[in-house]
Amino acid sequence: MAIDVEKEIAAIKAQLGDRPGAKNKLSMIVFSGELDKHLASMIIATGAAAMGMEVVLFYTFWGTAALRDPKKGAKGKNLISKMFGIMLPRGRNKLILSNMHMLGAGTAMMKGLMKKKNIAGLDQLFEAAGMLGVKIYICQMSMDLMGMKMEEMIDYPNLEVVGVATFLDHAKESSVQLFL
Amino acid sequence: MAEHDAVKTYDYKGLACPMPVVRISQEIGKIAVGQVVEVLTTDPGALSDFPAWAKNTGHEIVDTKQTPGLITFFVRRKK
Repeated sequence: MAIDVEKEIAAIKAQLGDRPGAKNKLSMIVFSGELDKHLASMIIATGAAAMGMEVVLFYTFWGTAALRDPKKGAKGKNLISKMFGIMLPRGRNKLILSNMHMLGAGTAMMKGLMKKKNIAGLDQLFEAAGMLGVKIYICQMSMDLMGMKMEEMIDYPNLEVVGVATFLDHAKESSVQLFL
Repeated sequence: MAEHDAVKTYDYKGLACPMPVVRISQEIGKIAVGQVVEVLTTDPGALSDFPAWAKNTGHEIVDTKQTPGLITFFVRRKK
């Protein structure tokens, strides 16, 4: 019985392309709410995008507050949602260090040091990420839980509200998967 | 004529990780395929980062020069 070599090769190629982790792609869960961790996630994301990778960031739980726009608000919130709104940082520039915050002195010192050493801050990194096509997904359930609304989130070119299945669909085919 | 026939110089002096790699990925498209650009950086991490970037994006590091406090790359756009 003759084997159709070309057909076999095409079938193998299709299988290889579909196998988990085959794509030049990075999927990261951004869970934490602190400045240092957000800096790390953004540095990795922009670096990966610069390396030609497709990048997907999934913001969930404490991570989502970093995506709030301090100039925007949302109407129609109940008491608990309002309380969350007050308790959680109002955007990326209100984040504090996970370590050595020291009532604000440590965070302020770190920000000053970064400026002095010309290290990109979150504003610059988010701008670069947007230009490089980094996708930001926000966890629908986290937003719901903390009473955040899409209209109070930052203007960002690739921003979407999704569920966990959408993230997993990307993570499955990504060659790099991270949690921060 | 500049070294390695570089058509342009990108000055990334003072920029820290990840900006040199972010900037070159955005600016490599400004030269034609086959052309070489000279990149100046003061970030020591770039010494390993630029070759890693080139390996993953398919571009070529034609030459690397190091003087105290300054690293110069010659990068060829390959595609």
